[in-house]
Amino acid sequence: MPMPMIETRTDRMLLNFGPHHPSMHGVLRLLVTLDGENIVDCEPVIGYLHRGMEKIAENRTVVQYLPYVSRWDYGAGMFNEAITVNAVEKLAGISVPKRASYLRVIMLELTRITNHLLWFGPFLADLGAQTPFLYAMREREWILDLFEAVTGMRLINNNYFRVGGVAVDLPYGWTEKCLDFCEYFLPKVDEYERLVTDNPIFRRRLEGVGAISKQDAINWGLSGPMLRACGVNWDLRKVDHYECYDDFDWEVAVYPEGDCLARYRVRMKEMRESCKIVQQAVKALPGGPFENLEAKRMLEGPKSEWNKGDYQFISKKPSANFKIPKGEAYVRVESAKGELGIYIVGDDNVCPWRWKIRPPGFVNLQVLPQLIRGMKVADMIAILGSIDIIMGEVDR
Amino acid sequence: MTKAGIDLQLGFETALQNLGLGAGAAHALWMPLPMLLLIIAATLGVMVMTWLERKISAAAQQRIGPNMAGPQGVLIPIADGIKLLTKEDVLPILADPVLFTLGPILVFLPVFLCYLVVPFGQNLLISNIAIGVFFLIATSSVQPIGLLMSGYGSNNKYSLLGGLRAAAQSISYELPLALSVLAVVLMSNGLDTVGIVEQQSGLGILSWNVWRQPIGFVIFLISALAETERIPFDLPEAEEELVAGYQTEYSGMKFALFYLGSYANLLLASLIAAVLYLGGWSFVVPVETIAALAGIPLDNPFLQIGAAALGIVMTMVKAFIFIFLAILLRWTLPRVRIDQLLDLGWKFLLPVSFVNLLLTAALKLAFPTFFGG
Repeated sequence: MPMPMIETRTDRMLLNFGPHHPSMHGVLRLLVTLDGENIVDCEPVIGYLHRGMEKIAENRTVVQYLPYVSRWDYGAGMFNEAITVNAVEKLAGISVPKRASYLRVIMLELTRITNHLLWFGPFLADLGAQTPFLYAMREREWILDLFEAVTGMRLINNNYFRVGGVAVDLPYGWTEKCLDFCEYFLPKVDEYERLVTDNPIFRRRLEGVGAISKQDAINWGLSGPMLRACGVNWDLRKVDHYECYDDFDWEVAVYPEGDCLARYRVRMKEMRESCKIVQQAVKALPGGPFENLEAKRMLEGPKSEWNKGDYQFISKKPSANFKIPKGEAYVRVESAKGELGIYIVGDDNVCPWRWKIRPPGFVNLQVLPQLIRGMKVADMIAILGSIDIIMGEVDR
Repeated sequence: MTKAGIDLQLGFETALQNLGLGAGAAHALWMPLPMLLLIIAATLGVMVMTWLERKISAAAQQRIGPNMAGPQGVLIPIADGIKLLTKEDVLPILADPVLFTLGPILVFLPVFLCYLVVPFGQNLLISNIAIGVFFLIATSSVQPIGLLMSGYGSNNKYSLLGGLRAAAQSISYELPLALSVLAVVLMSNGLDTVGIVEQQSGLGILSWNVWRQPIGFVIFLISALAETERIPFDLPEAEEELVAGYQTEYSGMKFALFYLGSYANLLLASLIAAVLYLGGWSFVVPVETIAALAGIPLDNPFLQIGAAALGIVMTMVKAFIFIFLAILLRWTLPRVRIDQLLDLGWKFLLPVSFVNLLLTAALKLAFPTFFGG
């Protein structure tokens, strides 16, 4: 017979965060076991935004599929387009003119800034500070206007990248506006730092919270700012030397602490560095300071110097029924959230035979339960915010 | 009261008695008037504050804010009120109907009861009870019970967590708040609010308590911010964590009671801060001095009306300085975590407020003239 004992026992509470919850970044669902305010266990449930992106790719040509891909990571749509065309280019061995590569880099880095701004605002809102969100949106508006001028669309659906280049050249006056933006934006980042980084409440909420060791980060397959915040100097732009990133002078943002504050710092620095890259790329844009080389080339006829490969925004227009050659390849870019990869298998057909997406958000999200065990409810929100997920790419 | 000042009650009752009513009947007729006035005034104050909150937050966020409903959107609070009044009052099927209904009432009532002792002038308060400040603290500590009731009665886990957070927070910050008030009480040798203001009225701005109680003033502000559950201490209703905390299941008029209660509480805390530390209704230069300089006798009726009006305006101005501060803080700062909140309350504010109390007592013994001997 068990001995009667007096004990105070607290019942654990199973709390369901999401899919409808103000800070679940879309439709993430977390089944959290709580002991008072402490988190004992957490089980993420994903898949509420699954749309069969990979399967859909198998029945579409590249041109057909391109408008759809920016719905993977709808916070930073251009990266998805970039990797979609890069995959096919690598398999078919298509080279890209220098001007097109510069245009791509400009667009990708602007996209990185929009992504980090769209992370910065909600992340601070997650911590209870609502106002920086509006500031971030104010700056983001500029970039979206720039996108609109070039591609006709703002956040997603830019449909700008093409196999062998980009869809259209820059419109008249765009480069000046872009440089204006960079000049305007860098002081604004300083403003954020003054408002947020040195705020003692903010620092105490983030310092030492959700820390990952360097080894753990590598073992979990983290990438992007999550990995660089753990002191790993790993940026595919430097590692893979793709596009024309080697032409520019910029630094990889690396901080060793591995906590939420380090992730915040990495992203803040990346915004500055991206801005620097854009400035350099716009100034060194092959074809000189004037735009719409295509019109110039047409005017001067076949002997025009602008007929040379470097100055074109697209190498050779691929036909709409461009066949993806037989073979397989894994290609990757450093998206704003980490390593965005495609494993493509071609079958000498207009559609890919297999289209596997390696989304950075999905891989980075896996580490969440380990990070939040033993933390408080408020920490969970901060850590989730610092991972920077978009459920569109997690669920695909 | 021997001191000059307008006495509406006396005037009203004498007038009625001159008309032939008995003293008791006159008093009975008088009694509901100030209460009604104060309830209306507090509700209006809340409306002004919600409008201010919208406008100031808009300014902080580089927006325009409401600008279509009336000039500068001043009719927005009325639209709010009509919406909340006409909204369906949902009672969740698994909620405890008694606790669920009683909760918001218990949150709302104490705040309005506290207005009984807030003075706007020498005789411009509902009841000048000798234990005014004590009444204030005792009444406002009923609130956490209401919060806990509504959190528990909602039968919702977010609400429960919110209710528990609210109770923990209120209890932890009640102590430093009471201790910082106690230091003021120590200096004024009494618990009545009018006495506390009069003790600060000698030299205008120089004699306000804020100079003698700087530590207590800061403690009071922080604790009051925590008591009113505003950012950076709005954990009980932390939207990003607990959806809306204990208010999650509420709608319609019951939600409006929480809403009204929380803003009325902020207004009350600001008024109390003005009374305790910024000399209540007193002007930066004492009215008596101005009257003496201008050669107007103190019993001049126009002076008395002017002084009373000035007193009300001054009290409101001082209170709205704190309200502005609270709104500005809300739209600037992030939220603290629950353990940081409790640490700040128990490990920092409480010891410091004890030291402040001791220091005040010691200074009172050493310099009785400056610290109310």
